[in-house]
Amino acid sequence: MKPTRVADVIVIGAGIIGAACARELARCGQQVLVIDAGLHSATAAGMGHLLVLDDNQAELDISRYSLRRWRELGPQLPDDCAYRSNGTLWLAANEQELAAAEAKSINLRGEGIRCEMIPGHSLQEMEPILRDGLHGALRLPDDGILYAPNTARWMLDNPRIRQRRARVTELDGNRVRLDSGEWLSSEAVVLANGIQAVDLCPELPIAPKKGHLLITDRYPHPVTHTITELSYLTSVHNSSGASVACNIQPRPTGQLFIGTSRQFDTLDPEVEGWLLARMLKHAASYAPGLAKLNGIRAWAGFRAATPDGMPLIGEHPAQPGLWLAVGHEGLGVTTAPATADLLAALLFNEAEPIPAAAYAPGRYLGEPTHA
Amino acid sequence: MPDLHLDGRPLCVAPGTTVAAALALGGDGSSRTSISGQRRAPLCGMGICQECRVSIDGVRRLACQTLCQDGMQVETQA
Amino acid sequence: MSEHADVLIIGAGPAGLSAALAAANDGAQVVLLDDNPLPGGQIWRDGAQANIPSQARHLRDSVEAHTHIQRHAATRVVAKAGSQALLVENPERGWVITYRSLILCTGARELLLPFPGWTLPGVTGAGGLQALIKGGMPVVDERIVIAGSGPLLLASADTAKHHGAQVVRIAEQAPLGAVATFAMQLPRWPHKLLQSFSLFDAGYRTGTRIVAALGQDHLEGVRLQRGNKVEELACERLACGFGLIPNVQLGQALGCALGNNAIQVDAWQATDVAGVYAAGECTGFGGSELALVEGRIAGHVAAGNREAAQRLWGERQRWQRFAGSLNQHFALDPTLKHLAAPDTLLCRCEDVPYAAVAAHANWREAKLSTRCGMGACQGKVCGAAAHYLFDWPPVAPRPPFTPTRIETLIQLESAAQSEH
Repeated sequence: MKPTRVADVIVIGAGIIGAACARELARCGQQVLVIDAGLHSATAAGMGHLLVLDDNQAELDISRYSLRRWRELGPQLPDDCAYRSNGTLWLAANEQELAAAEAKSINLRGEGIRCEMIPGHSLQEMEPILRDGLHGALRLPDDGILYAPNTARWMLDNPRIRQRRARVTELDGNRVRLDSGEWLSSEAVVLANGIQAVDLCPELPIAPKKGHLLITDRYPHPVTHTITELSYLTSVHNSSGASVACNIQPRPTGQLFIGTSRQFDTLDPEVEGWLLARMLKHAASYAPGLAKLNGIRAWAGFRAATPDGMPLIGEHPAQPGLWLAVGHEGLGVTTAPATADLLAALLFNEAEPIPAAAYAPGRYLGEPTHA
Repeated sequence: MPDLHLDGRPLCVAPGTTVAAALALGGDGSSRTSISGQRRAPLCGMGICQECRVSIDGVRRLACQTLCQDGMQVETQA
Repeated sequence: MSEHADVLIIGAGPAGLSAALAAANDGAQVVLLDDNPLPGGQIWRDGAQANIPSQARHLRDSVEAHTHIQRHAATRVVAKAGSQALLVENPERGWVITYRSLILCTGARELLLPFPGWTLPGVTGAGGLQALIKGGMPVVDERIVIAGSGPLLLASADTAKHHGAQVVRIAEQAPLGAVATFAMQLPRWPHKLLQSFSLFDAGYRTGTRIVAALGQDHLEGVRLQRGNKVEELACERLACGFGLIPNVQLGQALGCALGNNAIQVDAWQATDVAGVYAAGECTGFGGSELALVEGRIAGHVAAGNREAAQRLWGERQRWQRFAGSLNQHFALDPTLKHLAAPDTLLCRCEDVPYAAVAAHANWREAKLSTRCGMGACQGKVCGAAAHYLFDWPPVAPRPPFTPTRIETLIQLESAAQSEH
């Protein structure tokens, strides 16, 4: 069956990654068709926390570059994208974590990222919901938040971008087959459908990592910063079992997001009460003021996790014409701008905005089979 | 006869009176301000619509499903 | 911290009270929950200005006196806590109740539909007005308009008049012919509540619908339409209800099959989930007599006494015929789907206008992009309206089923971990 050429580039997935890629490609003059199956996405399930992470150079590169791009985009975003630069507070609950916070602050400052240490006795004044006895915190004032579903929608609102609601059932380089049986083609296909990517490319080293979130009713000014515990840095990368970490984010509505949990080895999309409870108990151990607030909704979603925690950005080594932008785990919203810019640079053979090697699909999929 | 405070003002009501009724007895009947700035008052009267949520002794509760009690501090949402 | 019941009953209206008594008399240990501070449900609501029928008082007293029945007032079910266990919350604490059998007697609520001005203080549901008056809200000398559909409008008017209000209009959307046919059949069912209605109230109009509630900061009047004729009336209150919708959320969350938007039950009042029964209005609207007999059947079956249950089948059948007649004659006119203006708020929690929601293809998309249904009521009002207005099916609720203190949700840890 002869495929129909429908666009310069086909992007699969209309979440934040697909939308950012489509927008960047459109900006480069490409006609883009975005195909989305309308499934529950990580973009809709996540918190929309924009943060700089510095566990390793690749993480720092991609998050720092992206945060800069979000700050540029921020003023253009419509109100319903709820973009705010409210800062992150990394809490240290003991001396060991405080030492880690100080080391982190030195590293970040060296990288030119604004941050400051907050002594333990000033924390409650800054965030009255916190318990006393915390040893201190590292504050990153330039981190932010946004509402990702509307931001993705805004990015796709572009005369060079067309959207189509369909499920892709098969990929072959730069050709895709829809559930209708129809084959479409373009110069390049960008796979940006998160956890669903493995349905089309089973060879991708991506595993679902389930997470829970809860949102409270609106309350007058309860929290300013996104509050995260420092041990989050270690617990998130557990590769098995279930873990929880304290993550409290104020929404511009006066609501609070409370997270977070991580679970491997499950595909059950339902909220699991026992883990929701563990997550809330842990958050309330940092912020006792949460206990009497009403939670109004809880949900679960899946992050697309790679073994090394870094996304796959670049051409599929075995499938010329197929480009990957998947595996962003819990950081897809933060890292969408860098992902889009890097993908476009690789696609058009331009200068890389950040070093591409750490995200190259070849690190798991081997070297290109074509020259 | 329960004695309570509604937005700081003392109010005495008959036994069996709901906080929703007390809003009308001791004020203009409204319970909260909506996110676009409209005043709102109890709607469904049966614990579904959440329009009547107020702060009772510092905790958010439904006025229509709460009976007035002695010493209660009721605050509507400004 | 946890409690066990042979038979756990959710809802202490006519169905729940009669189920509790039947099960307890068969020897079961019963726990009976209700989210209201006083038992009786909507129809037998007690309060500062309530006068409940002697039948209700008698049933309530028998339940209170029964040593096998533990009743918890002002207590809501907020989540499942594993299999055969529910997490509940009252104003003081949250805890888990485990059960052998569960009877859902969660009743019904009013269908509330958006129309211009419906968010003004002074506008309530029709049942809402009744509940507020019974709870002690004064209406003496107030001018009240009641609009919408069904016998509940008349019950609401009756309560308002009894407490000194002037009911200036009762606007029933159903046409005269349907209402008259229904009224002529009433003597066939000697129904105490309906007998008290005056269908020939001077202010009663059939084929009449609400067009708008008028006023700036609070209600000052209403605009009604009958055929081509529009009338405006000054009033202090407007009570609007468009019939009843069964409260099926808890049943849905437990996996019970629905039919006709109600929880589906067999002749034993059993749902398709083992050990879960349902009775009363959550299984379809039928009035308090039907709820009472369904409750007794469910109570007996849940306690293992099928013989006693079966003896009640005939009585149930009689009240089911009455329910059928009621539902047929107050069918909603499709013009009610067009009451809202584009800028009328559909979602009252998040203040989302009708047009913003109507622009979407389904409930999930509308939610994600407009925030409708994402506020405190979690779509219980706007989701039900959207179901009627756009045919968007209601989705099963996730925990928490209702706004719940975080300290309560934390109780799920010990409860369900053993299960895991």
